[in-house]
Amino acid sequence: MNIKNLTNPLSLNNPVIVQILGICSSLAVTVKMKPALVMGLSVMVVTAFSNLVMSSLRKGIPSRIRIIVQLVVIAALVILVDQFLKAYVYDVSKQLSVYVGLIITNCIIMGRVEAYALGNKPWDSFLDGIGNGLGYAAILLIIAFFRELFGSGQIFGMQVIPESWYIANGGFYSNIGLMLFPPMALIIVGCIIWIHRSLNKDLQEK
Amino acid sequence: METLNLFIRSIFIDNMVFAFFFGMCSYIAVSKNVKTAVGLGAAVTFIMVMTVPLNYLLNEHVLKANALVEGVDLSFLSFIVFIAVIASFTQLVEMIVEKFSPTLYNQLGIFLPLIAVNCAILGGSLFMQQKVAAGAITNAWQSVVYGLGSGLGWWFAIVMMAAIREKAQYSRIPAALKGPGIAFIITGLMGIAFMIFSGIKL
Repeated sequence: MNIKNLTNPLSLNNPVIVQILGICSSLAVTVKMKPALVMGLSVMVVTAFSNLVMSSLRKGIPSRIRIIVQLVVIAALVILVDQFLKAYVYDVSKQLSVYVGLIITNCIIMGRVEAYALGNKPWDSFLDGIGNGLGYAAILLIIAFFRELFGSGQIFGMQVIPESWYIANGGFYSNIGLMLFPPMALIIVGCIIWIHRSLNKDLQEK
Repeated sequence: METLNLFIRSIFIDNMVFAFFFGMCSYIAVSKNVKTAVGLGAAVTFIMVMTVPLNYLLNEHVLKANALVEGVDLSFLSFIVFIAVIASFTQLVEMIVEKFSPTLYNQLGIFLPLIAVNCAILGGSLFMQQKVAAGAITNAWQSVVYGLGSGLGWWFAIVMMAAIREKAQYSRIPAALKGPGIAFIITGLMGIAFMIFSGIKL
């Protein structure tokens, strides 16, 4: 039971490519792998702890005002994450700019609180949050891997395509500039969904 | 002139969907037919026109350094203040619409609560804050224009997307791409088309 909470969101019930949640703030941070990793971890922390808090409070909150309570809990957690990033990884925090704040409205967090944490025990909800955060981070890293590799020839800021291949150095290769633009992130997600659903036929529509 | 510039920029060049991916969740989920897309777009635009200026005033008079009390910088609270304004405003609009126009309420009913968590709205307020810091928005009127422009940009995007998806129903799409897969690829292609505007200098 507990293990399933962690492993299910990684592929079969992945928040991004199966539930189609949390795309909003995710794609813009995938130009490079480092911000993608930081963003994925931040979302994981916020999802896990908001699930934990809301699940602990679930019996005391009237359902009419639950949305606003959820938003306050999530916003407080995001402020903590934002201050932490500003203090320890300032350059990444600058790159992420408004997208850290947008974790508040990331549908994965609200979605998991509504769909899972409000009806389950705190520890299970916590694991569910970790699992969904990991599923989200995995997709971000896959997208960022392709965009950084083809867009700037690097992985985690390390040059992997040999310098001598570039046209500037008398070679035959040049980076694909289009990879750095927003539309390519969408197309890569589309392709990931395509491959994923070809492998898991029961996820296909109709 | 600068205000007009801001308006056109926020619709076409800095389009919420194609340039920043804001509001993608509801954009993909609710773009299956044009009618509901128009309804959601209208609601989002309305809430944005209201909340961006409200948050602008809060930012200017409460949150900014030295705004409320000399020597106090409350800007770390901006996330929580902005989202509280948006959530309570959405709730308020829902109640007013329910009271005075039940027909409109029935049309928008399901979308209104969703709007509180639409990233485009919070994104609008956060970008407004950045633009204030950068000097691109200097008064409350410009923040109204910015909210309107961003909302309209989102509206255009979702209506166009819904129209394309209605047509795409008749085409033969590989089984694994049906639904969200093709929606992402279409959005990507539309985004490439919108990149034309980024060359325009205003």
